[in-house]
Amino acid sequence: MIAETIALTRREVKKWMKNPFLLFMMFIQPVVWLGLFGKALNLTSLVSVPPDLLAQLPPQFRDQVPVLLNRMISETFGGTADYFTYMAAGMLSVIVLFTAMFSGMSIVWDRRFGFLNKLLVAPIPRGSIVLAKVGSSVIRGMFQVLLVFSIAFAFGLQVGDAFGILDLFGMLTALFLLSLGLSSMFLAIAIRIKSHETVVAVANLLNLPLMFASNALFPIKQMPEWLQTVARVSPISYASDAVRAFILHSSAGLDAAKVATDFQFLIGFALIFSLAGILVARTGLRKG
Amino acid sequence: MHVIEAYDLTKRFGNLVAVDHVSFTVEESEIFGFLGPNGAGKTTTINMLTTLLNPTEGSAKVGGFDVEKQDGKVRETVGLVPQDITVDDDLTGMENMMLQAKLYHVPTKVAKERIAEALALVGLTDAANRRVETYSGGMRKRLELAEGLIHHPKVLFLDEPTLGLDVQTRVVIWEYIKKLRDEQKITMFLTTHYMEEADILCDRIAIIDQGKIVALDTPQNLKDGLGGDIIELEFNRKMDDQTETLKSLPQVKDVKKIGDIYRIKVLKGEKALPKMMEDMLKMNLRIGRVSLVKPTLDQVYLEYTGRSLRETQGETEDVWRRMRTLRRVRE
Repeated sequence: MIAETIALTRREVKKWMKNPFLLFMMFIQPVVWLGLFGKALNLTSLVSVPPDLLAQLPPQFRDQVPVLLNRMISETFGGTADYFTYMAAGMLSVIVLFTAMFSGMSIVWDRRFGFLNKLLVAPIPRGSIVLAKVGSSVIRGMFQVLLVFSIAFAFGLQVGDAFGILDLFGMLTALFLLSLGLSSMFLAIAIRIKSHETVVAVANLLNLPLMFASNALFPIKQMPEWLQTVARVSPISYASDAVRAFILHSSAGLDAAKVATDFQFLIGFALIFSLAGILVARTGLRKG
Repeated sequence: MHVIEAYDLTKRFGNLVAVDHVSFTVEESEIFGFLGPNGAGKTTTINMLTTLLNPTEGSAKVGGFDVEKQDGKVRETVGLVPQDITVDDDLTGMENMMLQAKLYHVPTKVAKERIAEALALVGLTDAANRRVETYSGGMRKRLELAEGLIHHPKVLFLDEPTLGLDVQTRVVIWEYIKKLRDEQKITMFLTTHYMEEADILCDRIAIIDQGKIVALDTPQNLKDGLGGDIIELEFNRKMDDQTETLKSLPQVKDVKKIGDIYRIKVLKGEKALPKMMEDMLKMNLRIGRVSLVKPTLDQVYLEYTGRSLRETQGETEDVWRRMRTLRRVRE
């Protein structure tokens, strides 16, 4: 079981490592996202007080205004230094979502091109086929996360003054749990789908709502009531929350209570969804 | 002991009966062929025998193991060279082979020897470290064949092994298949819709049409079974059915009308034809076109199914798959 899973996972990893175009896209995509969303929508600079208004204020308040504004914005964005940092942290979860979706669904391609039949004829446990798909998807997700994080750092992501290697590890753990659950879920969805068109349609249908109905790109507070309810149960919200907490780790301390809640939810999500997903996927490989 | 035994093997997809109560046995180191048009149920039969599909009815044993109840054992016994090209374009030939070896639990050391051996057999030793993307269609198909050999299967299933390949490559692959049987005593079950291929390769052939076996014998016996030569003739103008008139001629053994063409079975066609033409002229039947056909599998197929293999149409899914395979082969 383990040997076969490793062999199949290596195949998947080799497939994209050897594809220079894919690697380039993996690099360029987060740059575009971070540049467009993070920098163009820099909300901190959107809100400013007109100079004539500022001039009317008593001198002792004048200097206080920008500080106040920054505090207000920082408060809205969960304590991050600017919108870019807020958004870059959420972007990590979104990247995990995208990677999980597309690599989980690569089973459709394998089915279409007959590769899946080759695996099904081989004397290997069905579970190893499923595990290798989920495993390689998680590996790819983590790789992308490190890539995006490095790029965001270069673009000016501001971490708390006590941010260290343990926080990085904590971040990765949260994203790993998210990736595990999402990859299994998408694999289960895709396992019986036979055509490329269907799988792309399903991916598009799920991808935007999952991304926006969470606190990954915008705080939940501004959302309408019903959307808040959805966003509160979205695993992407919890992962983004945990990631932000670790990024903001300052000398004042880590928001341990928040991180604990996030992890409880993420562990539950990963466990339930990966077990259910893997079981459904295994059943999906049954003979007709 | 029979290597493959099938009893009333049946597969239904909804209302469609893809394979309809098919029974046959295959002996050790025999090359057994399933000949039929697209959508006749050839691939479905292979899928049942290789445990990819469960039969709706009936049963089958491969290497003495039941395909439903002992599917794990069957998988260890068989190799499958599928109709689709399933080798991974992004990996090299060697990496594809190593992956296959891992899937069949061949220890790395043994695998290396066998890969070298199999690649040499199919003539891909020099291309082993190139990415499959750079291979021609024929090379991919040969790599596919080599993959099927890596675990020394007792039975090798070949689904349309030469589909879409050019004539030279087909001949090369036929030679490999024969060599394998002769040197390694592997039992082969192959499907094809090329008459020539079935004729050259197979020890015995089952002709399958709409899910049923309509004839099963050696190619020679099937041809002999036609009981003589075939004269195909067409009159020079549209006229009423002349089957009965033709049957009344003394040389004629049997007549079948397909469209406007009459297929007339006679003994010693070369001698019979001139006399028949004289007789027909006397009856004021003018011939527009005539040909004398010596028995071939083509004729056998026509005889049993009433249709020419070339004009039969498969179901859409099958045609689609075939087109994709052809496209990939030709790339």
